[in-house]
Amino acid sequence: MQPFKYTRAADAGAAVAAVFGSGDAKFIAGGTNLLDLMKEGVTNVSELVDIAGLNLTQIRSTATGISLGALAKNTDTANHPLVRRDYPLLTQAILAGASAQIRNMATNGGNLLQRTRCSYFYDVSMPCNKRKPGSGCGAIEGINRTHAILGWSDKCVAVHPSDMAVALAALNATVNVKGKDGGTRAIPFPAFHRLPGDTPEKDNTLEHGELITSIEIPKNLFNRSYYLKVRDRASYAFALISVAVAMETKGGIINGEPRIAMGGVAHKPWRAMQAEKYLAGKKATEENFTAAASAEMAAAKPLEHNKFKVELGKRAIVHALMRATGIV
Amino acid sequence: MGKELDSEPVLNEDEALLPRGRVGEEPVDYQYISPCDDPREDHYIPPLLVSSDANAQMLADEERLLDELGVFGESRRKFLGHSAAVGLGAFALHVIAEQKAFGFTDAEIARNEPAALENAITVTLKLNGAAKSVEVDSRMTLLDAVRERLGLTGSKKGCDHGQCGACTMIVDGRRVLSCLTLAAQCEGKNVTTIEGLAKGDELHPMQAAFIKHDGLQCGFCTPGQICSAIALMQEAKNGDASYVTVDVRQKTGAITLSDEEIRERMSGNLCRCGAYPNIVAAIREVHTGKPTDAVAGMIIEEVEHAAV
Repeated sequence: MQPFKYTRAADAGAAVAAVFGSGDAKFIAGGTNLLDLMKEGVTNVSELVDIAGLNLTQIRSTATGISLGALAKNTDTANHPLVRRDYPLLTQAILAGASAQIRNMATNGGNLLQRTRCSYFYDVSMPCNKRKPGSGCGAIEGINRTHAILGWSDKCVAVHPSDMAVALAALNATVNVKGKDGGTRAIPFPAFHRLPGDTPEKDNTLEHGELITSIEIPKNLFNRSYYLKVRDRASYAFALISVAVAMETKGGIINGEPRIAMGGVAHKPWRAMQAEKYLAGKKATEENFTAAASAEMAAAKPLEHNKFKVELGKRAIVHALMRATGIV
Repeated sequence: MGKELDSEPVLNEDEALLPRGRVGEEPVDYQYISPCDDPREDHYIPPLLVSSDANAQMLADEERLLDELGVFGESRRKFLGHSAAVGLGAFALHVIAEQKAFGFTDAEIARNEPAALENAITVTLKLNGAAKSVEVDSRMTLLDAVRERLGLTGSKKGCDHGQCGACTMIVDGRRVLSCLTLAAQCEGKNVTTIEGLAKGDELHPMQAAFIKHDGLQCGFCTPGQICSAIALMQEAKNGDASYVTVDVRQKTGAITLSDEEIRERMSGNLCRCGAYPNIVAAIREVHTGKPTDAVAGMIIEEVEHAAV
């Protein structure tokens, strides 16, 4: 790990100013991903600005839904009575990720900012456009079993690793950030993470020095939800495929717009818009779920070693919908 | 290679103790016991069942073992004194309990201070209840600080990347990975390691249960497993949910964990020896307060012990 200066920020404004002031400075909160990347030499910083002590840990109900402090721990968010009661999908998704120890450390803001676990990204002796723009992609013709099947580019086929973010995509969250000179903005979830295109080094649309302060989730009428995670071992592994489902059903009919999001398939949490569109207003049956899943996976373009993900994706969507609606 | 040691190997007391002898056998070659050859059924001998003949036999075994491990001087005298008196099982308990919980003294910490640090941070924290102040490089993890600078080597460095759980400590009441925690971020925190669990001679119930159920083989993951399991007991009391909780909407206060729940909630602690069934049994016993059988997961009658 390269030497770095460590400072504790007194407040959010000071933290933003400190990171804006230095091109290689970063915030550190839980550190569960950043420290690992620094040990591997994937990320090098000149300065770490510790924001763990800032007062951004509140979880509270608002007029429009719920606000999750950026520095609330994943454990506290998943187990908050309001989250468990009104957003059980989020609870399930958070608890599907990592281990108890890591969830005790990881913050909500940091969870959204964790970086891909693509092995070529992590191995500094390999080419990787995300780590070193212009160096090429080791994965696209390499061992790409865990990589993307949707939305990838010839520059990058990595997937986003977060489970929490998949649920937040399905719940239409908004990310509140604080920028230079006290400015703030609210980023709708679909516009927060990005597809790789020609600039895979950018995972999201935050600017250097912008600080996530909270995540808001609007109220909803969903009476059915489920988070399904398929992985290589029973627990403590990243998703091969995950599916978040949230919808309202009345008398066996899907009322309004259902929400379906997927993890493990793309560079960002993937909203399954084709499947959602197909299911709106339809009966909640296995036949309809299967047709919806096929509609979503029609656009899938697998790589050499992840062809299985197309069929797995279909089955995962169907199974998640069946679990959510109580058919299985 | 067959290379001979040119100096006495340095062993911590706990490391010297780990290969445990069994009663009534001819002395065997202790240099390497394959986990595959290790008969599990009578691995642990409750001290009260050891006869004086058996004690004598065990003493001979142990002397031979200590020779081969190169344990001399004070550690050896202590070992033999204890084992002749009460037998190996009880001795193991005693020594674990006796381990220093607080690590280096202030003078020792000062003596080990590096000559110059580029980015020095002074951190004051409570380690197993004792206030410690130490100057560290900004890059130093909590794990390295506790092991190298504060002198408590019970917490282990397995992967150093947050994938194995061997470094698990309890910080401000919660289990965390000390290998992914900067020491600099621990200002004012309350840190508990495996050394801080026993009260004097009395083991923490989770430590005793791990010994009783043989929840270990090589022992490297054990400090992390035990710290993790102790924090889990509190999480269950809080009614925290897990990924295998059937309905997370129901929050009901303290919960009783099924074996499936214990396995899911302990998945951040890997055991390469595969002692998982015994680890689950130990945790179940502490969690339910009822003695349990390791393999079948059934509650056994306490009279079974009395009848032996």
